[in-house]
Amino acid sequence: MLNKQGRPTQPAESSTEIGQGSETYSGNKGLNLESPLIFEQGLDGRIGVDMAEPKQVESRLGSIARKNPIGLPDLSEPQVLRHFVRLSRQNYAIDSGFYPLGSCTMKHNPRINEKVARLAGLGDLHPMQPTSTVQGALELIDSLAHWLKTITGMPAVAMSPAAGAHGELCGVMAIRAAHEAKGEARTRILVPESAHGTNPATAALCGYKVDAVPAREDGRMDLDAFAEKLGPDVAGVMLTNPNTCGLFESDVKKIAGMVHEIGAYFYCDGANLNAILGRTRPGDLGVDAMHINLHKTFSTPHGGGGPGSGPVVLSDALSAFAPVPFITHGDNGFDLVEHQEGQAEKSFGRMKGYHGQMGMFIRALAYMQSHGSDGLRQIAEDAVLNANYIRVGLDDLMRSPFEGICMHEALFDDSSLKGTGVTTLDLAKALIDEGYHPMTMYFPLVVHGAMLIEPTESESRQTLDQFIGTMRYLLEKAKAGETEMFEQAPRFAPRRRLDETGAARHPVLRWVPETDEEEEKLSQAS
Amino acid sequence: MALKFTEDHEWVLLEGDVATIGVSNYAQEQLGDVVFVEVPEVGADLAKGEELAVVESVKAASEVYAPIGGEVIEVNTELEDSPTLVNEEPTGGGWFAKIKVTDSSDLDELMDEAAYKSYVEGLDE
Repeated sequence: MLNKQGRPTQPAESSTEIGQGSETYSGNKGLNLESPLIFEQGLDGRIGVDMAEPKQVESRLGSIARKNPIGLPDLSEPQVLRHFVRLSRQNYAIDSGFYPLGSCTMKHNPRINEKVARLAGLGDLHPMQPTSTVQGALELIDSLAHWLKTITGMPAVAMSPAAGAHGELCGVMAIRAAHEAKGEARTRILVPESAHGTNPATAALCGYKVDAVPAREDGRMDLDAFAEKLGPDVAGVMLTNPNTCGLFESDVKKIAGMVHEIGAYFYCDGANLNAILGRTRPGDLGVDAMHINLHKTFSTPHGGGGPGSGPVVLSDALSAFAPVPFITHGDNGFDLVEHQEGQAEKSFGRMKGYHGQMGMFIRALAYMQSHGSDGLRQIAEDAVLNANYIRVGLDDLMRSPFEGICMHEALFDDSSLKGTGVTTLDLAKALIDEGYHPMTMYFPLVVHGAMLIEPTESESRQTLDQFIGTMRYLLEKAKAGETEMFEQAPRFAPRRRLDETGAARHPVLRWVPETDEEEEKLSQAS
Repeated sequence: MALKFTEDHEWVLLEGDVATIGVSNYAQEQLGDVVFVEVPEVGADLAKGEELAVVESVKAASEVYAPIGGEVIEVNTELEDSPTLVNEEPTGGGWFAKIKVTDSSDLDELMDEAAYKSYVEGLDE
């Protein structure tokens, strides 16, 4: 079957296709093991545990008692284990290979972080324990807050936001609260085209009209267009720095000055903090609010591996509006301010249950302390060096839309593929066959057929050389007209191209046993 | 009658009082591989500037606006199975809908092919 782009969706069937002779009786291919849906594996009465018959008790559920079976499959323990182990082996993770997904900072998650997070005194905590019994945990949050404030040069930090976009929401809610406290109803937020896609969504969610600022030819925000858009109804600007083109917004201080002059606030998307860690402090650039992705910059697992965590650093102008809870130093040690009163009178409220992603706080602090301030600085240096190594390694075969040195990610457009019949998507799928997670593609939108590659500082020169070699091999094949390997890609993945549009437009969210349908038809017929 | 173009890269071909609408070659190049087109319902009454179709490409979903008002009398059902027609024949087989035009003066402000060509060249600079 072909998907809407004319690419195959199932493993190769006919022997004329690439991958011939790879079919097996079982459907498994060596270590690549198939697994039916877990619902399809159930067999009535099969059970994985030996439990005593429950005592007969009278049901008190009355009319709300369930009448139909809940439809869970009956399975044995080895079946369940094999199913999920097989699925996990079809996953691609930073622990299995190079993952150069631009704008996502998929760096190595050091195991010391995991060891510390599992210490009994931390791993066994419950968020509802009295504060007197969790002084160490509160001190840990407070220490992490201190590191974040020091690294960013900002006076305050809200720890509870659960991820990057939640952090943006926190920052923009603080901005709105600050304007409201002054009795001002501002309606517009300026967002440059080079910002993260979540920025305009955040502004819109907070009720603001999003006004896009175009990019200059060098990939940075157009200052003249920006100046024209400034006005008394502008609540703030949301700038990503370094931006999604992998470039440092060199006019950032000027931008901050212009924003403050009209009484607006400067939100900086800190998703790319990895590139400037220990080199530049956002506080010195005039930033009023910035979220920090602990799950990017500070190596806590993400992308399905763990929850995100997005603390937001705030300037003096916004700190009074920070969400509860936050930690204070009282007479009896550390304490939590949980309500909008006293010190937190102006707080815009609570964003999340409990105190934030504690497990990620532990890992992030372990990462910081094991690196030290010199190590954190070197992270930024190595991340930028690695990205430029890739940029230079490919620049005779691919075109960078913006000249000069990049920050932590290298950006290419698809002009090198023009006329070959191979698209950015095809190239990305061919990378899967080569054993790589593809780069970010078709983003940023301002670049045609964009490919955004972020190697991070975790990778060795050997890994980068092999990746560059792979990219060069694929590009040369495409330019030589050998397009079949691209049209067929991915050839070696458990599934071929999926019909993503079909899945989005006609999602099948519930498994229905086929036999039941047949029985139903039969019973209807009789 | 020749093709007329809007600044949003739609094209219109007026034959009698029926206008065929699609997107330009420049638009399909910018969109990249089109994977889905949502066309309007036959019988829908569209005002000028109302959403006519949604084009989904590998890159983004974009709205296409009616450059001219009227009743939708026919839609291109082939796009359902072959959305890439928009890439392959943007001003031919990749058309979206035919509209029975109420006021053809809407077309007066649109660009002819030469004007559109120089407009697009201006965008690329």
